[in-house]
Amino acid sequence: MKSIIAYITEILKGIWTLLTGMKVTAKYFFTPWKHVTQQYPENRKTLKIAERFRGEVIMPHNENNEHKCTGCGICEINCPNGSIEIITKSLILEDGKKKRAIDQHIYHLGMCTFCNLCVKACPTGAIVMGQNFEHAVWDRSTLTKVLNQPGSKIMEGVKD
Amino acid sequence: MDELREIMITTDEIKTDEYLINMGPQHPSTHGVLRLLVQLEGEIVHNVQPHVGYIHSGIEKMAESLSYPQIGHLTDRMDYLSAHQNNEAVALCVENALQVEVPERVKYIRTIMSELSRLASHQLWWCVMGMDMGALTTFFYGLRDREDILDIFEETCGARLTVNYSIPGGLMFDIHPNFQRDVKAFIKKFKTKLPEYDRLLSGNVIFTERTKGVGFLSKEDAIAYGVTGPTGRASGFSCDLRKHRPYSAYDKVNFKEILSDVGDTYARYQVRMAEMWESMSIIEQLIDNIPEGDYAVKMKGVVKLPEGEFYQRVETARGEFGVFIVSDGKKNPYRVKFRSPGFSNLFAINHIAKGWKIADLVAIMSTFDLVIPDIDR
Repeated sequence: MKSIIAYITEILKGIWTLLTGMKVTAKYFFTPWKHVTQQYPENRKTLKIAERFRGEVIMPHNENNEHKCTGCGICEINCPNGSIEIITKSLILEDGKKKRAIDQHIYHLGMCTFCNLCVKACPTGAIVMGQNFEHAVWDRSTLTKVLNQPGSKIMEGVKD
Repeated sequence: MDELREIMITTDEIKTDEYLINMGPQHPSTHGVLRLLVQLEGEIVHNVQPHVGYIHSGIEKMAESLSYPQIGHLTDRMDYLSAHQNNEAVALCVENALQVEVPERVKYIRTIMSELSRLASHQLWWCVMGMDMGALTTFFYGLRDREDILDIFEETCGARLTVNYSIPGGLMFDIHPNFQRDVKAFIKKFKTKLPEYDRLLSGNVIFTERTKGVGFLSKEDAIAYGVTGPTGRASGFSCDLRKHRPYSAYDKVNFKEILSDVGDTYARYQVRMAEMWESMSIIEQLIDNIPEGDYAVKMKGVVKLPEGEFYQRVETARGEFGVFIVSDGKKNPYRVKFRSPGFSNLFAINHIAKGWKIADLVAIMSTFDLVIPDIDR
């Protein structure tokens, strides 16, 4: 007799623990406004990305198509994966002196691990991290980008 | 070839009723590409042979060609659920070698970040544990709360998983102005959510039947196999480095080392659940007392370690993580060795799972909290 009672209490206890769990799920079933799911592709316009989010390396230009990059190559040295290549040219100034300037700041997005070391090392603050995270492309050659815009030149007063 | 020969040798030893099956490398409960060669008699496990190396990425070798600040971002990708602690280990190792004293503010923030990342890791472990046992609901509940921590990481560190936040000399950024408010809001919220976890899974009759009294690991065996972290502590092995070898700001906080002397699957579950409460208490003690100051000390452009050997260990969510650097005085290390907790923990599985059913093997593996890149490196 005792064993039968113990058997039935065990079953009832088991059912009770299942009901306790069901109570939690039922609570959320009947309070759908507490859901946290985001409808991602639809909510693109209201999507807030943290300002420090590391999506890609970008080089901001001002309205006169000027950037702050001197072509020193410190970002290239600091990059652990070789995703940055700096190609420089030499400009001849008005007084006849030669000066190094950036020709192409090549950035391989496909190799980048977004570690932020290049941005941290940049002495002039020429490159920053952008918040764009939608990097899917049809052809991987489009992942290689030239960060300085064509025809751009260095801002006045920026020195290494 | 060697592996094939090994299998052939083991096949010769098999008696008539036994057979070999591969669990993995593509198996949902191995949480990655882990291959277990299981020797079965009916449903009873006679032998489990883990075969690792399917996602070996050669991080130790890669580190030899990188400078010291660059090594940190690779350790994010080993145990991606304990990225903060891994970064911290490398940073502490380099700082100790250079005898750089970081500001108090850095120590406090590192400790808070480590505990947040431990919480996030245990939350993921909890939801995946439920899923392995067949309770898909837990998966959504765990990830829902983990999302809040990842948002905090995103705001302060700029990344959700591969944070690269602790660097030699301090931190990558100062904390975000909203950091303290968000963390406090998260703790307040999560204190109401954690009892929900217990109601959903801890008392559930199906779950307790499958975990209580299953897969024992004794204290002696835990020490012999080098099992650390919550898995070792559930067997009564007092191995919490935060308590025994305090680093960062762990000497300034009061917390209990969660120990259990049962050593079964349910004990490992309970230790991790209790650790979440302790982590929250550690964060609460520190979050209001972050001292003012710099978030990093100025390091040289090229970091060169003095000649010698340096070792630093930290407590990650999985156990003891060690960084061993051999330097020959150049800007790259001569050799780097990572002692990963997952690797040592995994190889106790044969000892534990012997004699249990194959379904129990899934439960045992789940409480080991395996992260395969941590095992393979």
